[in-house]
Amino acid sequence: MQLQCPMPKLDFDVITLGHGSGGVLTNKLLDSGVFDLLSNDILDERHDGAFLELNGKTAFSTDSFLVSPIFFPGGNIGELAVNGTVNDLAMCGATPKYLSLSFIIEEGLPVKEFWDILVAIKFACKKAGVQIVTGDTKVVEKGKGDKIFINTSGVGPIHPKAHISTQNIAVGDKIIISGNIASHGMAIMSVREGLEFDSEIKSDTTNLNHTIIELIDAYGADIHLLTDPTRGGVATVLKEIAQSSEIGIDLFQKDLPIDDQVASACELLGLDPLYVANEGLFIAFVSEASADAVLERLRQDEKGKDAQIIGSVVGEHPKQVIMESGIGGKRVISMLPGEQLPRIC
Amino acid sequence: MKYMSEYRDPALAKKYLEEIKRTVSRPWSIMEVCGGQTHSLVKNGIIEMLPDKVTMIHGPGCPVCVTPLNLIDKAIYLAMEKGVVLCSFGDMLRVPGSEKSLLEAKAEGADVRILYSPLEAVKIAEDNPDKEVVFFAVGFETTAPANALSVVHAHRRGVKNYSILASHVLVPPAIKAVIDDEESKIDGFLAAGHVCTIMGNTEYHPLSAEYKVPIVVTGFEPLDVLQGILMVIRQLEQSKSEVENQYARIVREEGNPEAQKIINEVFEVRNQMWRGIGEIPDSGYAVREKYVEYDATKKYNVSISEAPENPLCISGQIMKGIKKPFECSQFGKTCKPTNPLGAPMVSSEGACAAYYHFSGMVEA
Repeated sequence: MQLQCPMPKLDFDVITLGHGSGGVLTNKLLDSGVFDLLSNDILDERHDGAFLELNGKTAFSTDSFLVSPIFFPGGNIGELAVNGTVNDLAMCGATPKYLSLSFIIEEGLPVKEFWDILVAIKFACKKAGVQIVTGDTKVVEKGKGDKIFINTSGVGPIHPKAHISTQNIAVGDKIIISGNIASHGMAIMSVREGLEFDSEIKSDTTNLNHTIIELIDAYGADIHLLTDPTRGGVATVLKEIAQSSEIGIDLFQKDLPIDDQVASACELLGLDPLYVANEGLFIAFVSEASADAVLERLRQDEKGKDAQIIGSVVGEHPKQVIMESGIGGKRVISMLPGEQLPRIC
Repeated sequence: MKYMSEYRDPALAKKYLEEIKRTVSRPWSIMEVCGGQTHSLVKNGIIEMLPDKVTMIHGPGCPVCVTPLNLIDKAIYLAMEKGVVLCSFGDMLRVPGSEKSLLEAKAEGADVRILYSPLEAVKIAEDNPDKEVVFFAVGFETTAPANALSVVHAHRRGVKNYSILASHVLVPPAIKAVIDDEESKIDGFLAAGHVCTIMGNTEYHPLSAEYKVPIVVTGFEPLDVLQGILMVIRQLEQSKSEVENQYARIVREEGNPEAQKIINEVFEVRNQMWRGIGEIPDSGYAVREKYVEYDATKKYNVSISEAPENPLCISGQIMKGIKKPFECSQFGKTCKPTNPLGAPMVSSEGACAAYYHFSGMVEA
């Protein structure tokens, strides 16, 4: 569904260097609707920075977003930028509250596209319950960017019951994944120049904060660690945790949830879905005793309906992630030397 | 997922493994020729599940790995110095040339694009008449029809700014070279199912008869590979040496005559350099004179001599099955996927890289 907000009438169709100069054009661009669209009491003050009330333990996170193409099945770079930072805060056990929003725009970007991105940002903020409280816009020469880059940073108070740390992970912990893997990466791949294929695969980009906070409310310290397997996919994230925490992880391929179309697309391109990026997924390390209950509760949430226990923490093979294949053989999961590339045959 | 899940059935896999265990009475060494099969063996953990008497040897069947160094250098030269749009299959990009990889050339500003089909490259040429477009046409017989088709397609449409940098390798001569090696100790072969989909099985009968080795044309799913291994072992135990077709759901005895026709239209057989192995007679394709204007090596007349391979690399012995990756003194130490010394470490389908990634003999 494309959410609509009428675009203001402007006397320019594309963004030019002048729109980032801080002068008349910048004001024209911002006054033409950007401020109205994202309006809230803090942003409306239009000061150099935002004045915030924060008490107690607070999480702070930042992320930059570059994706090609900027519009893809299931979303665009705008909601990705909001959901990305919202989810990073949620993984800390925090309730995201305030976001900063910075654009680096390559001159020539159609204003219409910029507007669509802003509208997506507005609605993503609304869904997540966060406010954009400060921001910045810069424009670079043609060829020095890739249409638009977005940075968001965010803060939010940590839930009093949350106790998230790699140090909490213990042997016996179950590893829960909140839904189907590899959808985002394959949605992007399906529209990337030179590799396009027809499919109904959509990015899974979404905010996870409400889902997470509900779980923490109910199970608190039984949730030992939360992480979102974005870049590098499930494999990379688990390998990082195994290495840094010196624990062993056993994974079971048969339990990995994956959509049929996504699995087929991965086969076709010779990509391993374990290494493909996700946007609206999280992995939870949960105490063995609570794992089934957490899973059941998560499955009642729309964003966790495909959740599965995919593995567990073991005392054997510290630092290693070992996956049992569908037919019962074992393999070590390691990090890739770089970006995963489609195979020849 | 139909057509995939049924070839990954754990209960059937177990049955095949039990049958293999029951059948094997003596040690046998079996080479899977194709990198795709190596990938399947290690990805599914099959090697560890096989009885000790069965040793799998990983053959030279990774086209990315055996592409000669100087051809990669040529591709990089064309992209960097001649300003062509260099199009390639994805996994070719990370393979190091003598100085850099295509991925690094891209980072330095060369226009290098990953494509899934060479026909896309012809389209890029049509859309950009002011630019020269070169497709890096590597692969076994499997990718040859599509690469040949791109040439015919460009020719028909009068596209003059398209050419291919061809480095095709052929499987039967490679099997012959492996058996002919004095140190080779291979008892039977799994032939590459997809290659035979194109070329059929006829080339393998004389090989099997002359060298008295079983050759089983095999697919790539775990059950395919297990069944292929069982078929080879059954023949060996009964002292048979025949060509059998495990992959009958895809492969016909005569192959795909249409595909063969288009290959013959564009390519002719020639001697071919294999990285890590050396020159093998009649083991590659060259673009025929008729289509010379689409042959990038002639069009650009690039002369780059063969760079020396790292002397520490024993890739020739690895790809002929004489040594296992972990028997190499450099494996996992100086030679890693991020810094490959030679052919089998460069692509995930190369024997060394596959071992490195999946079998956990070294820590990443």
